[in-house]
Amino acid sequence: MATIARFRATARAGGAFIAKLVASRDMRRWFESIHPALTLIAMLAAIYLVFVYVPTDREQGIIQRIFYFHVPLAMMTYLAVGTVALGSAIYLWRGSRVWDRIAHSAAELGVLFCSLVLITGPIWGKPVWGTWWTWDARLTATLILWLIYAAYLMLRSVAPGEQGARYAAVLGIVGALDIPIINRAVYWWRTIHPAVIQNRDGSTGLADPAMQLTFATCLVAFLLLFLWLLWIRSDNLRLQDSIEDLRQRALQT
Amino acid sequence: MKNLNYLFAAYTAVWVLLFFYILSVARRNRSLEEEIDDLRELLRRSDRTDKGNHD
Repeated sequence: MATIARFRATARAGGAFIAKLVASRDMRRWFESIHPALTLIAMLAAIYLVFVYVPTDREQGIIQRIFYFHVPLAMMTYLAVGTVALGSAIYLWRGSRVWDRIAHSAAELGVLFCSLVLITGPIWGKPVWGTWWTWDARLTATLILWLIYAAYLMLRSVAPGEQGARYAAVLGIVGALDIPIINRAVYWWRTIHPAVIQNRDGSTGLADPAMQLTFATCLVAFLLLFLWLLWIRSDNLRLQDSIEDLRQRALQT
Repeated sequence: MKNLNYLFAAYTAVWVLLFFYILSVARRNRSLEEEIDDLRELLRRSDRTDKGNHD
């Protein structure tokens, strides 16, 4: 019991800290000036490394370079879905609008990044596998994830009130259960999807240091982009809430 | 340079989709800010009218 109480107090303090941080003026200044500049620099560095610096893969040739954007995009999808689940859980527990806005924004980004994964994957698959699409375990699970979060966004648009937010929060949490399935699919089943970061025998999939540096830079660039987009979309939803409040006040006067 | 067209298509898709998403968020933000300004103005005017009626 004492452990649960301690956990609750820590989670409450953490939630309050993040809510305060999100609302602070310094945070706003950071996301409106410094962060976009950093994202742009990281993206330009990533493009330079992908197209100029990194050596061409001996087996796949130039098409392997899709991997440097495809995998970070998939990782950002995981992060977005994790954020939806976390934000939704805190919203259901504490009823905090800030966390609901974070979850809603992250779901939109999850669908965006997952769409990009589902576009770039088949473009790589066509010359390598000889087909645009196959009902492979990882591909199918990823498509299911996209459908779940597209449904989440549809639910939010047809039911904009508090009830819609609660139903969407439940869907957001349940949908996240697909992430471990996608991640482990290449190890659990016989799939043709490559296990890039870690080979099936446990060895690292990226042996060349130049490839590792390029991949790491792309990952940082997409992480910065994800955080910036999460901020601007959450701020967008905050404005929407302010309008709703002002409308209520206008109706009362 | 085999498969260069596939590489070009993949990177173009990424940038085009990201660009349109950012553009759509920026547009939504602008229209929301305008709506807030209109509502604030409406509230200010109705406050003034209320004061005038009391005087």
